[in-house]
Amino acid sequence: MELDPFMLARMQFAANISFHILFPTITIGLCWILLYFRVRFTLSGDKAWEYAYSFWVKIFALSFALGVVSGITMSFQFGTNWPGFMERAGNIAGPLLGYEVLTAFFLEASFLGIMLFGKERVSNRMHLIATALVAIGTTFSAFWILSLNSWMQTPAGYRIEDGVFFVESWWEVIFNPSFPYRFFHMLNASLLTAAFLIMGISAWRALKQVDGPATWRVMRTGAAMAAVLAPLQIWIGDLHGLNTLEHQPAKVAAMEGIWETENGAPLTLFGFPDEEAKTTHFAIKVPKLASLILTHEWDGEVKGLNEFEGATPPVAPVFWAFRVMVGIGVLMLLVGWWASFVLFRQPQESRGEHPWLMRALSAMTFSGWIAVLAGWYVTEIGRQPWVVNGLLRTSEVVADHAAATLMGTLLGYVGLYIFLLISYIAALRYLATKPARSLSLLPQAQRFHKADEEGA
Amino acid sequence: MDLSFWLPLFFAGAMGLALLIYVLLDGYDLGIGILLPFASDDEKDLMIGSIGPFWDANETWIVLGVGILLIAFPQAHGIVLTALYLPVTIMLMGLILRGVAFDFRVKAGDARKGMWNALFAAGSLIASAAQGWMLGAYITGLSDDTTGLLFSALIAVTLPALYVLLGSAWLLIKTDGVLFEKAIRWGRNALLPMGLCLLLVSVATPLVSSVIADKWFTLPNAIGLLPIPLITATAYAGLVWLFNSPVILRSGYGWLIFAALTVICVMASIGLGYSLFPEIIIGRLDLWEAAAATESLLFIFWGTVITLPAILGYTFFIYRVFRGKATALSYD
Repeated sequence: MELDPFMLARMQFAANISFHILFPTITIGLCWILLYFRVRFTLSGDKAWEYAYSFWVKIFALSFALGVVSGITMSFQFGTNWPGFMERAGNIAGPLLGYEVLTAFFLEASFLGIMLFGKERVSNRMHLIATALVAIGTTFSAFWILSLNSWMQTPAGYRIEDGVFFVESWWEVIFNPSFPYRFFHMLNASLLTAAFLIMGISAWRALKQVDGPATWRVMRTGAAMAAVLAPLQIWIGDLHGLNTLEHQPAKVAAMEGIWETENGAPLTLFGFPDEEAKTTHFAIKVPKLASLILTHEWDGEVKGLNEFEGATPPVAPVFWAFRVMVGIGVLMLLVGWWASFVLFRQPQESRGEHPWLMRALSAMTFSGWIAVLAGWYVTEIGRQPWVVNGLLRTSEVVADHAAATLMGTLLGYVGLYIFLLISYIAALRYLATKPARSLSLLPQAQRFHKADEEGA
Repeated sequence: MDLSFWLPLFFAGAMGLALLIYVLLDGYDLGIGILLPFASDDEKDLMIGSIGPFWDANETWIVLGVGILLIAFPQAHGIVLTALYLPVTIMLMGLILRGVAFDFRVKAGDARKGMWNALFAAGSLIASAAQGWMLGAYITGLSDDTTGLLFSALIAVTLPALYVLLGSAWLLIKTDGVLFEKAIRWGRNALLPMGLCLLLVSVATPLVSSVIADKWFTLPNAIGLLPIPLITATAYAGLVWLFNSPVILRSGYGWLIFAALTVICVMASIGLGYSLFPEIIIGRLDLWEAAAATESLLFIFWGTVITLPAILGYTFFIYRVFRGKATALSYD
């Protein structure tokens, strides 16, 4: 891998988008959870739900801020790094991004103010509406950006004149073949990431015995979500895979490490793909399973990388990232079921009896991040060498900057992002441990803590 | 009606409006960021509190402005952002730092509050100066000769003064007492560099291009255009007078400063728009050459016509909800 300006531009974009996606992934899911806490409080009047809301809304706001500022960077980098993309595909990408700004960004950014600081100034109803609008805004945002991303993977509804894309049908552009799968896969990933985040931090608080009255309920909310959404995610992922096989067979071949086209292809569980030798070393294979999973037939044909000479993605990163994603997905399923099994049968006072569950959950606090990044690497690296699949190569749209400039700014960005990531996790830790000031205002909280002290 | 003629025009107007609103709104919260180091700790909390519910939406206007450039004028978007790569990168880093510092300063623990306050101020100043540089480079036609660079540097140094004035004006609306008095002082100190910035931007464009000079200084036009410099000069004189008559500001007319600044920014935008029109990059590309396909513009046109009034409506609503003097914000 040479560090030419093209590679540096890609690394810079990858660094930005990897950093960026961490935060929307949390906020899209967390916002709906916050709305749930808010609704529970309104219906029951139980202050614990309000406490859960006020604790998690702080983490939401911090994550949101990181998402906003890194998102602004993204909107500029389309132009600074990939001017050719906008010149060639701007007729399609532009309006989709425009709708994201108009229908999502302003909605979330504006009502966030009320959500965070407006409780005293507006009615409970208005505050609920504001929270709902922020949640809807984040989801709209995901809708538009995933529509564009999916269009780049499975372009539809366009015509090309002199190398420039024009729209034939907006319906086909927006609801292109891979969009529904990618959209629900990502929304679900977001909810799962948020579920494990709230469980993880709650479990950590339980371990450190700084948990509040709502900790157990929050953990239960997360466990119920994980128990349902993790298997759902595996099912959606399977459908998404079938769709990818139909439209981007080279990506699937890289994911599975399949070099030659075959019927009844075996599933490689593990191995070391070698692009030079066009083989996977030390492959552990299950006969016919790849064909069964991908085509739902024992003897279905799976195309190998040999069919796509000159247009294959880098194999090893796609192969490995896919295994990381699937591995974490399965782990989430197991832990989600375990947590539900324990938490729904036990009261909060029993937390000391389940140290291993608490440890497992806190270890998995950020597992959603890793799975989401791995998943995005599969789909984005798997799309290479194309920026618009099969039609426009990434190398055709890159900006002409000096390697030194790109290297300098890349180091700047990476340094900044590492600093911010450390600060973010440190802040979460601090917030989780800090005894909440508002806790003393809650009669129920006092009772809980008193009971706690007496128990101890 | 010929859509391929009118749609680029509509979007040029919408982009101008978005960027004008950006300068006025994010201008005041960037200004408050720059002023932060001059305030006491309690005042800092109050200053941040006064912008807390707004800054996020304020910043979205630049995304819309750049978004329209990208949507409606993809050719120009590529050229402008490639040419401004470094100042844009520096601005983004500044915006990132201040945006996150805003949250971290109250959430990362008291031990680190000082560091995040400093980063909030530094990020605000860096972003403002980078925007000044970008404005300077843009109106000199993205030239990279010495004069162009020198000019960009001058705007980079003076544009933050406009933001400081906007920030002071905001504090005159949202605070009282000691902070109010400080805001008067801060605003007064920023008047001169802000005036210089205004003057530089006004004289530069005709100097850069003889076409622009002709538009302003040939006869029937010159008379018709006279209101622009006259209104601007009157508003500026008004600012000087108000800052030297604090008794007026103290008796509930602090908002006059913000109003005068708005007038100046509106006039400057009209003047700049008139100078540039119909070009989107001086001497290189006009609106219609840079425009995206008509069917794409039409698709987003309907979205804009429907959502923009809604956005303005709920922005107004939010400002109403948080009207009155600010209090230090608490997430608890």
